[in-house]
Amino acid sequence: MSGFISTTPAEQQAMLARIGVATLDDLFRDLPAKHYRPTLDLPPGLSEMEAWQSLRALSETNLDLDRHPSFLGAGAYRHYAPAAIGHLVSRAEFLTSYTPYQPEVSQGTLQAIYEWQSIVCALTGMDVSNASVYDAGTGVGEAARMACALTRRHRVLVLDTVNPSYRDVLATYTSGPGIEVVTVPAWRREGDGTLSRVTDFTPWIDGSVACLIVQQPNFLGWMEQVDGLAAALATTGGILVVVADPVSLAVLRSPGEYGAGIVTAEGKWTGGPVDFGGPLVGMFACRRDYVRQMPGRIVGATVDGDGRPGYVLTLATREQHIRREKATSNICTAEALIALATTIYLCQLGPQGLREVAGQSIAKARYLATEIGRLPGYAVLPTAPWLYEVPIRCPRPAADVNRALLAEGIVGGFDLGQYSPDLADALLLCCTEVTSRADIDRLVRVLRTL
Amino acid sequence: MNPSDLQYTKEHEWLRDAGTVAVIGITHHAQDALGDVVFVELPAIGSTITAGRSFGVVESVKAASDLYAPCDGEVVAVNGLLATTPDLVNTDPYGDGWMIKVRVTGSTGDLIDAGSYDAFLATLH
Amino acid sequence: MTTTDRPAETGHSPARGTSIFSGRQAAVPTVFDRSVPGRRAGSLPALDVPAVDLDDIIPLAERRRDLPLPELSELDVVRHFTRLSKRNYSIESEFYPLGSCTMKYNPKIDETIAALSGFRNLHPLQPESTIQGALHVIHHIQAQLAEITGLPGVSTQPVAGAHGELTGILMARAAHLKAGRARRKVLIPDSAHGTNPATAAMAGYEAITIGHDRTTGELDFDDFRAKLDDDCAAIMITLPNTLGLFERRIEEICRLAHEVGCLVYCDGANLNALVGNLRPGDVGVDLLHVNLHKTFAVPHGGGGPGGGAICVAASLEPFLPAPVVTRHPDGTYAFDADRPDTIGRVHGFHGNFNAVLRSYAYILQLGSDGLAELGANAVLNANYLKALLADDFQCYVDRICMHEFVLDGRPFREHGVRTLDIAKRLIDHGYHPPTIYFPLIVPEAIMIEPTETESKQTLDEFAAAMIEVAREARETPEIVRAAPHLTPVGRLDEVRAARQPDLRWQPRQAAGQAH
Repeated sequence: MSGFISTTPAEQQAMLARIGVATLDDLFRDLPAKHYRPTLDLPPGLSEMEAWQSLRALSETNLDLDRHPSFLGAGAYRHYAPAAIGHLVSRAEFLTSYTPYQPEVSQGTLQAIYEWQSIVCALTGMDVSNASVYDAGTGVGEAARMACALTRRHRVLVLDTVNPSYRDVLATYTSGPGIEVVTVPAWRREGDGTLSRVTDFTPWIDGSVACLIVQQPNFLGWMEQVDGLAAALATTGGILVVVADPVSLAVLRSPGEYGAGIVTAEGKWTGGPVDFGGPLVGMFACRRDYVRQMPGRIVGATVDGDGRPGYVLTLATREQHIRREKATSNICTAEALIALATTIYLCQLGPQGLREVAGQSIAKARYLATEIGRLPGYAVLPTAPWLYEVPIRCPRPAADVNRALLAEGIVGGFDLGQYSPDLADALLLCCTEVTSRADIDRLVRVLRTL
Repeated sequence: MNPSDLQYTKEHEWLRDAGTVAVIGITHHAQDALGDVVFVELPAIGSTITAGRSFGVVESVKAASDLYAPCDGEVVAVNGLLATTPDLVNTDPYGDGWMIKVRVTGSTGDLIDAGSYDAFLATLH
Repeated sequence: MTTTDRPAETGHSPARGTSIFSGRQAAVPTVFDRSVPGRRAGSLPALDVPAVDLDDIIPLAERRRDLPLPELSELDVVRHFTRLSKRNYSIESEFYPLGSCTMKYNPKIDETIAALSGFRNLHPLQPESTIQGALHVIHHIQAQLAEITGLPGVSTQPVAGAHGELTGILMARAAHLKAGRARRKVLIPDSAHGTNPATAAMAGYEAITIGHDRTTGELDFDDFRAKLDDDCAAIMITLPNTLGLFERRIEEICRLAHEVGCLVYCDGANLNALVGNLRPGDVGVDLLHVNLHKTFAVPHGGGGPGGGAICVAASLEPFLPAPVVTRHPDGTYAFDADRPDTIGRVHGFHGNFNAVLRSYAYILQLGSDGLAELGANAVLNANYLKALLADDFQCYVDRICMHEFVLDGRPFREHGVRTLDIAKRLIDHGYHPPTIYFPLIVPEAIMIEPTETESKQTLDEFAAAMIEVAREARETPEIVRAAPHLTPVGRLDEVRAARQPDLRWQPRQAAGQAH
């Protein structure tokens, strides 16, 4: 009997007798005999203690960013998660419950999702939100498909300043027949080496365009010129899709205010550790009149037979278990527990706390940029407003700079040469409220020696 | 029990021929099988429908059914009341629960009269 | 704040199990209702760099004016979410015989391992030399899953079952395109999960339904042969199928499909029955997704996160999502993104690593011996429970089942009791209901999957509760129809929820104007 089976051999014999067969093998007569019970070429099982020791040792071979300075962002951001979050999401009633199909025994999960939906709407300025999608990358893919379904068009525009990983997922999600993705250049490297933004996208917009996807602030950390985009799209019946950032939304006007039709955002970083990039959680919100084309679960408030308030999964006829091949998406369950962590985080911080997180992140990134800007050979590249992440020109290839930093125990920035060959001399550096002045000073000291 | 002045499809739509236009809805049997109707998706005025092809969807909480056109036609009116009171489909399927009015432009599909429809329903049980 | 109403009449509802609930309760106000302007929880350290004026950085027109998040103290937050948690059933307090969902026990050590700082505080874009432990985990679980499924190409990037399906069907499409044409159709049995046709449609295919044989409960073989042709990109088959029955002609199905170049996709939702008993790759399956949250014990989290690893035959490896984790001759691990035939990314980073880590720890503890016992005991428990219920419930297809079985609730109709009522009444007895009304081919379906981790006592007690509910359905159907009686809320008005959608909290005034 191995660790996770609760019946003894004697009980198993009694159970077989009750079934009316002699041996376990009798239960498998339907299986092709020549393939039945293959020998698995795997080592024997470990005890709990051995598993713990072996995986703890393995974890220690990684460079733990809780103990080393890091300036990596590029779509994954470290923020401090108050201790209460971990305790609450570890409660068995949240951690080990199933998708809330039976509302009478799932009111806790259902109300938490309703609160998540409410908070996502409050942050993004949109009318309705779903229970989450897998991550912002798949959120972009789903948003593009949804926009095509809403407009009955097949052409999707995406700015090249949208996170390249999200654009990769978009390409995969639209790789079936019928959807064309057009990548629109949104930045230029000027003669003096600085980066400037393209602000007029109207030449790209015509009656064939289902949506334009922009990220605010964009992958390179600066703000896109979003004014007038929604209006330009509206004249031809297209939809503005915005990839937002929850922390920036504390200080930036909401996508709803500038006319977004669909908004997605990565909700993971505000609620827990970076977790090597997963599980994540995608916020996904839209205008009220788009709700019937929205993918994923949606929770609604209602009442029971006595008029007592309660919550249920609703508008389910959009979904695969009812609509099958005509469903808006194949997504069922997404990332409820991560959404819960983010909900708790935003409740704990509140408007003031979230503004402080954004403000401190911005202040630290300014300090970093100012200090690095004083070093010979380094320069802050964007000419547009930027928040807490910024491309810095280095006097040597960015990859070399990162190597030198790592030798000193510092994880540097994102090597923008991986994003564009025109930026092989640039590092994308990020600060948040967890970045200390001492970390920044240490980074600057090492850069000075290069 | 199904009105004798209407024609029916085996997909449970009805059609009332009113001279230049025809009115289309779903039958008592259809709304009963669906249960409480919560949403009806209808085509835009001016669009065309084709006999035997889907022109909309009617939904209950746990089911969604395509609406099949009983004839070729151009949509000249849509029952706007259903947007806010979809339960009219349940309470008055042959009256206020109508769905669209069309100008018939071509052939009708295989429509049957009330007697044949009643007989068809009997075979379903 | 929360007041308990008078408990419901329980005189005629003796509970076999023990529900954590004892009757109706007043609603828990939302976090917005509890908000008090100016209240806050916790604080940040003092800023250690010069402060900045946001007006100098962000153009005024772009500044946020109103941020209507709730304002609460830490105690408010902790108490609110603790109270919400108490309105849930969960696997750690109730038995969840949810067919098709494999709600097994998730060992606690895996939580402890998943919480290790050296795994949690890793940035997904850190240099490879600094994440060797994490890459080791991914590389090794790739090998474990390959061995368990008999399919050597593995990616753990998909994060859910449906996500794995989409990945697999896009890979099939890519393989057909590489061979000349994408083809147009995907064959799907009528007993399949709704995700299968939805996935086929997302990938641009027409979903063609194949019927089932009412006597054997298996795929209608003649219908399959009639619809199979060289325009079929794949057949998506669930093994065992959603009736909990093994498709005895699976090898023939695979052979015939392959003869016309049609790939065989296996929905791995029911892999729990096969682990240690049969490797899908050995019988001809080309692609399969593994629901890590089902078979390999990732807690379900009230609806995710899960994992949907995709496993494929060697010929399909080039199409796997990029990057995959490879091992250099010197023993170090690396991401291999240079894969010209890849379908591309399906996730922003590397999938649900923290879920993958739990599954890796689980498989390490099971080992070859534990894996061999897993599927065997899942099937034993299901057949035992089915035998216990045989006198009081009708099986849709009555033969030896695999890890789950489907009951037909129609006989209770004569008492005015439906499957939904039976499910709700089980709640009063302290059980999460089985899966109901699925598969769609079974009217009044009750689908039961006990999993291998449940004890004989639990199965005996649950069977007794089921039999008690069957007796109640015959003798006092009104009690069953009005169930559940002990939960914080009674049956909820789903029609109202759909007709007048209330999908977010709004200030009272605004809420009044909304409709």
